[in-house]
Formats: sequence, C-alpha cells, structure tokens
Amino acid sequence: MKHVDEYRNGALARSIAATIAREADPARLYRFMEFCGGHTHAISRYGLEDLLPENVRLIHGPGCPVCVLPVGRIDEAIGLARHPKVTLCTYADLMRVPASGGSSLIRAKAEGCDVRMVYSTLDALRIAEAEPDREVVFLAIGFETTTPPTALAIRAAEARGLANFSVFSNHVLTPSAIRAILEAPKTGRLPPVALEGFIGPAHVSVVIGWKPYEVFATEFGQRIVVSGFEPLDVMQSVLMLVRQVNEGRTEVENQYVRAVVPEGNRAAIELVDEIFELRDAFEWRGLGSIPHSALKLREKYARFDAERRFTIPPSAAKDNPACECGLILTGAKLPADCRLFGTVCSPETPMGSCMVSSEGACAAHWTYGRFRDRARRAATTRGGAA
Amino acid sequence: MCLAIPALVHELLPDGMAKVGLDGVLKEISTALVPNVAVGDYVVVHVGYALTRIDAAEAERTLALLAEAGAHA
Amino acid sequence: MSGEHGEPRLRRRRLDVAGGRVDMSHGAGGRASAQLIDEIFRDAFSNEWLAQGNDQAAFRVDLPPGARMVMATDAHVITPLFFPGGDIGALSVHGTINDVAVGGAVPLHLAATFVIEEGFPLADLKRIAESMGRAAREAGVAIVTGDTKVVERGKADGVFITTTGIGIVPPGIELGGDRAKPGDVVLLSGSIGDHGVAIMASRENLGFETAVVSDSAALHRLTAAMVAAGGTGLRLMRDPTRGGLAATLNEIAHQSKVGIRIREDDVPVAPQVAAACELLGLDPLNVANEGKLVAVVAAERAEAVLAAMRADPNGIRAVAIGEVIEDDRFFVQMTTAFGGGRIVDWLAGEQLPRIC
Ligand code: SF4
Repeated sequence: MKHVDEYRNGALARSIAATIAREADPARLYRFMEFCGGHTHAISRYGLEDLLPENVRLIHGPGCPVCVLPVGRIDEAIGLARHPKVTLCTYADLMRVPASGGSSLIRAKAEGCDVRMVYSTLDALRIAEAEPDREVVFLAIGFETTTPPTALAIRAAEARGLANFSVFSNHVLTPSAIRAILEAPKTGRLPPVALEGFIGPAHVSVVIGWKPYEVFATEFGQRIVVSGFEPLDVMQSVLMLVRQVNEGRTEVENQYVRAVVPEGNRAAIELVDEIFELRDAFEWRGLGSIPHSALKLREKYARFDAERRFTIPPSAAKDNPACECGLILTGAKLPADCRLFGTVCSPETPMGSCMVSSEGACAAHWTYGRFRDRARRAATTRGGAA
Repeated sequence: MCLAIPALVHELLPDGMAKVGLDGVLKEISTALVPNVAVGDYVVVHVGYALTRIDAAEAERTLALLAEAGAHA
Repeated sequence: MSGEHGEPRLRRRRLDVAGGRVDMSHGAGGRASAQLIDEIFRDAFSNEWLAQGNDQAAFRVDLPPGARMVMATDAHVITPLFFPGGDIGALSVHGTINDVAVGGAVPLHLAATFVIEEGFPLADLKRIAESMGRAAREAGVAIVTGDTKVVERGKADGVFITTTGIGIVPPGIELGGDRAKPGDVVLLSGSIGDHGVAIMASRENLGFETAVVSDSAALHRLTAAMVAAGGTGLRLMRDPTRGGLAATLNEIAHQSKVGIRIREDDVPVAPQVAAACELLGLDPLNVANEGKLVAVVAAERAEAVLAAMRADPNGIRAVAIGEVIEDDRFFVQMTTAFGGGRIVDWLAGEQLPRIC
C-alpha cells in the first residue's frame, strides 16, 4: 500500500524512539494529547506507548465523534426510526452505541424499525431514489472530515429533486472542542488540563487546514503538531513536540504536509458553509455543552433537515454520574483510575462515552492496553513507598 | 475518527466518480471534493469520497525527514 | 410401468429445475416433497444409505478399543449464498467436517437439514446440493440422512443448512481447549481473513471488488497428519471461523487459564485482505476464516507438527505465531510489528465496517 506502508516501518520507529529518548529531558514531563481517535487507534494498535520514554506520555483526547455524541441524540435518532415511514441510514459505527433504557439502533432494528447501515452518503441517496415511498433520513455524525460528504449528499438530493431525503445533523467542530479543553481552567466546567502540547488532527486538517489552530498558540501558548494517522507520523510528531518544548517554542507545525495545506480544502469548506451554519451550543458527551461547536442546516435547506421535518421527542437522558470521562478527556485521569473501568464498564456494556467506540480513550485502553495496568500500579506503589 | 486511506486513481467515471485501487482492491468513489483529479493520482478516501490529493514531493520530503530523525540512533 | 396388483404408476413430470421454484408443497411431506428429495438431493449426494430412503441411516462402526466418537453440528446462514471460492453448500460440509476434525477425529458421516424459503429457485437449490455432494465426495464422507422444510416467503433468507457430523478419535488422542500449557507453541495453518473479506466484497452494499476468494476447505487430512506427527504433544486444534483468530485465541486462553503471546510479524495476511481491511476499518485478526486452523503443541513436537502441516495442501503456509505463557488474567497479547505490545481482544459485538 503506497503512502501507507512507508509509514509503518517498525525498525525506523524504534530509531526515532531512540532519538526521542535522547532528546527528552529526564527532568521534564512531556504530556501530549492526541485529539483524534485516529491517533488513539494508531498508538494503541501499534503499542507506541511502549516505545516512548516514561516521561513522554500520550493522553487520549475527545476526537471520536461517536463517543462525544450524547445519549439524548441517540434516543432522538431512535425516535426518528420509530416513525413508520422512516428509513434511518447511518454509518455502522453508531449501531451499537447505547441509548437510554438499554436501547440502541441495533435493538431498534430488531424491534422492527427500518435502520440500515451505509458506508457512504452515496448509498443513502441510492436508497432514497430506489424507494420513493420511504422517508430516508441520514443520521449524520462526524467532525469536519465527514461533513463535506453530507453536504454533497444534500446538494445532490436538491439537484435530483429528491423529496424523501433528509439529514439529522450531528456534525461537530474540532477547534471548539480544543478551545473548551484549553478554557477549562477559566470556566471551571472541566478540570484544568496539564498538557505540554497537542498532536493535531490529520483528516480534519485536510479539510480545514492548520490555520484555525494558530489561535491556540497565540492565545493559549499551546503547541500543536498536525499529524498523519500512520504510526511513524505519530512518532515524528511526538519528536517535533518534544523539540518545541525543549526550545521553548509554542507553535502550530504541520507534520502531515503530504495531505494538509494551511488553508485546507477550499471547495469543501465553501460547500459546507453554503449548506450548514453554527448551532448556538451543542452537548458533548463527557465535555458538557460547548458554544458554537456543532452545525445545523441553514434555513434555505430546511426541507432536507430532519429536525425540522419530523417531530422528534426530546430526550432528557443524562450521562452516568460515576463516569469520569470528563477527567479522562482533559488528561486529569487515566482510564484505569475510573472505578467502573473493566468492572461494570466495558465495550460490551459501556457506561460512558469513552468506552463506546474502539477509538474512545477507555475502549482503546481496554481493547489494547490494559495489560500494562498491573505493572503501572506496581510502579506507582513502589514510587509512593519510596 | 475519520478513517481515510490513500488510494490510486485507476479510472475516471462519469458524474464526478472515479475507480480507485488499494493493492488490488477496487472501489468506486466520488471526486466531487477534489478538483482536477487525474488517473495516477493518489487521493485520500473517506466514506466514499476523495478528500485531497497526496502531494508526492512532500511525501518524499517527509520520508527523508523520518530517516533523518531515526539516524545516529 | 404398472405393478401387477397396484394402480398404474403415474408418469410424473420431472421437476422444472431450470425455471421452477420451491413452493409450500415441497415441504408438505407429499409427493412433491418426495420428488424434491429424489431429484435434487438423492442424486447430488448419491450414497447407499440415502438410497435406502429410510428415516434414518443405519451403519456399522468398527471402533478400535480406546477409540471415541465425536459429534458436531453447525447451522449455516450466509449472505450471499454463492461467493468467490464457494457457496453455502460446500461451506456447510467443510464447516462440520472441520469441527469434527479439529477434535482429532476422522470424520465418518454427515446429516443435513434444509430450511428453504418459498420461492427459492430450484436451479439454485440444485447447484447448492451438487456443491455439497462434491465437497462430501472430495472429503470422503457421505451425507447419509437429512430433512427438508419449506417456510413461507419472508420467513427465511433463501436457504439455511444445518449439518451434523460424526467421527472417530483414534485411541490415545485427547485434545481439548483446556490443555494448553505455558511453554507450548501456537501454530497457524495459513493466512487469515480471506473468507470474511471475500464475503464482504461480494455484498453489493459495500461496493468494492477484490480477487480474494474464500478459503473454505475441509481440513481433516491436515488434522490427521498433525495428529500423527504430534502424538500426545498435540494439545488442541481449533478452526478460527466467526470472530477470527482473535476470538479463537481468547477462547483457548480462558479455557486453559493461561496467557498467549503472538508476534504480529508472523501472522500471515494476504495483501488484498490487508488492503480491504484498511478500507473498511477492520482488523484481520477479527475477520472470519473457513479453511484455517490453530493448534497448540508442546514445544518439543512443534517442528514435527509444523513440517507435517506444510506437507498438506491446506497447510503449505503454516507458521508458528507465538507461545502460551503464564498469565492469571488470561490475556492474549501481541508484540506489534513496532516492538510494542497490545492486547488482542474479542470483538465487542458484531463486526461492522467503521468510518471512524
Ligand atoms: S471506564 Fe467507563 S465509566 Fe469509567 S470513565 Fe471510562 S467510559 Fe466512563
């Protein structure tokens, strides 16, 4: 696989790790949050944590749109699917996400709701065309990466005069979430973060470019390295962050130059802007309500907006109060610190957002990394006794 | 989020579609988001859409930097 | 033709296999049922026991002293029914033969039950039956008894096939999922994920094309060679079907109360399978196989068993992928290609393509 395999060279990864170990100051702590689930996945999947020195730590961030979608929105989607005329199309990632009362889309399907998994919005359009008597609703989720495909589908539905296609938008915005994390100390809504830098989104940045992150360097004195999702990309980005810390720089740098340009994909940005506008606020699971952090369809496209076309019973569902996702997503705690981790909360029975998709911080740790917990606990106990 | 993978453009199809390949696996995708896609380009594919073209020269530079970062270890 | 005392036998028209469809009468137990069984199944499976037309097959088993019998059953439902490298018919024969064979047994006979949806094309049914017959003959086993039911349209998906098999375990051979011991070696008979990817590629809604074919195969000759080479050093064999290699290794770890450590670099994955998994966001470790097996062998017999595997057409690419270790948490761990570590877990729920 060209442009993939080159970035999965284990020997090179180990030599870059050696360089990181040489350059990292043992007297310092380097805590970097990878915002995106894609990075979390690469880090866990390849066991990158084992290659890094003890004082260079990676903290899993909230960049998994499935995880941050509040229970209430899933409840509402199920409410939509219960309309007898509705065919609800969604990416498979959402099928198992727990709603309130033990429900989920997969259960709703079992109960007879017409819920279908699609791989692309193109498939949802095809269904709408083939079945004109059905009201096809596309349950849209995702960050900036996934929004343009939804926008294109709306544009295509308009061009083809498809009157039975609409979108239930849950598209959310990355910079707003980063801001919420950084502003945590000010607002008191989230615990203050202890981070030396961010590994910045790969494919989100393909769409929006890296300019939108500059404000985090200037206003918050943070470091961001936009990074590709392959393991060597991550290793190089960690090295770039370590060097920024050592040299006292706080900048936005771009490691993923082969796919990310400063302004992003203009065509995609303009298309999204034409069809979507900001919501005043949107609820993020684990992070709470964040102003201007999500998109809804503009008035002009109201007829494609499922929220306007259907009456959706609002849900009052709340997150489990014992869940510590908020603390984990801001780097204040580790998944294994949560009392529920691995006891009542596991990928089969997630209690909180970070356990929902394989990219969530708790699920990634459970699925790939939990073998380290005992050694880590032993180390802390020893450290405490000393 | 955002699983996306670089694939080689094999063939341009009508209506802004293209056939791309990844090691012998072929898939039809939309290129509506990337102007002027040509056969032989590598594009980053996400949920059935090309998001951007891979810049081959930049990729070379990144690989050189990676080699350098791993040198003298 | 007419019997001397009976009525003249009606000349029945043969089934219209080319254009006909299964209807409710084919399952009602009357003439139509008999004709369906006669013209589709008895022909395709042709063996002496079926030819007797009894409700059961009676046969003699010569069981050497100390030998044991095994029995296994498996229901087969698959979409699509025909896929690159196989079909539900061959699969239903291979699947049950393999379940019998990985117990260390020599498979003897099979039984087959069909649940057919009203309206199912007779041509497809015939094709499936013939494929089953061929698979059984190639494997040297017979489908000696069976049953057919027809359900109303919409109450099944084309055809469901359940097969049950029996076999004989030679004296002295005792395999079991609880027998893995620290220090044992884990062997794998070939590349993983081919069947799952071939099936996904042939489902239209995912819209991709590959040349990957299912690895569906009967493994009893391979297992017999392994039993001969491993002797009492062979602890257990398993075929990693649904849930893939990851599920099988976790089952073994839990049953034997041990840990398992495998090396990513040693687990073979065909390039096209790897590429398809990248596109769909799947891990080949979780993708289904239908013609592969995992074995746990005492270290001192590992080389001999591996050599025996490589001498069989279904084990040419057999490899040692890791070891059994002590671990009271029963983790399956993998040393990644990067030298890091990770857990190899059961898949939570059904395997679905990811976008995230
Ligand atoms: S383990 Fe479960 S309950 Fe605990 S923080 Fe993680 S997701 Fe929340």
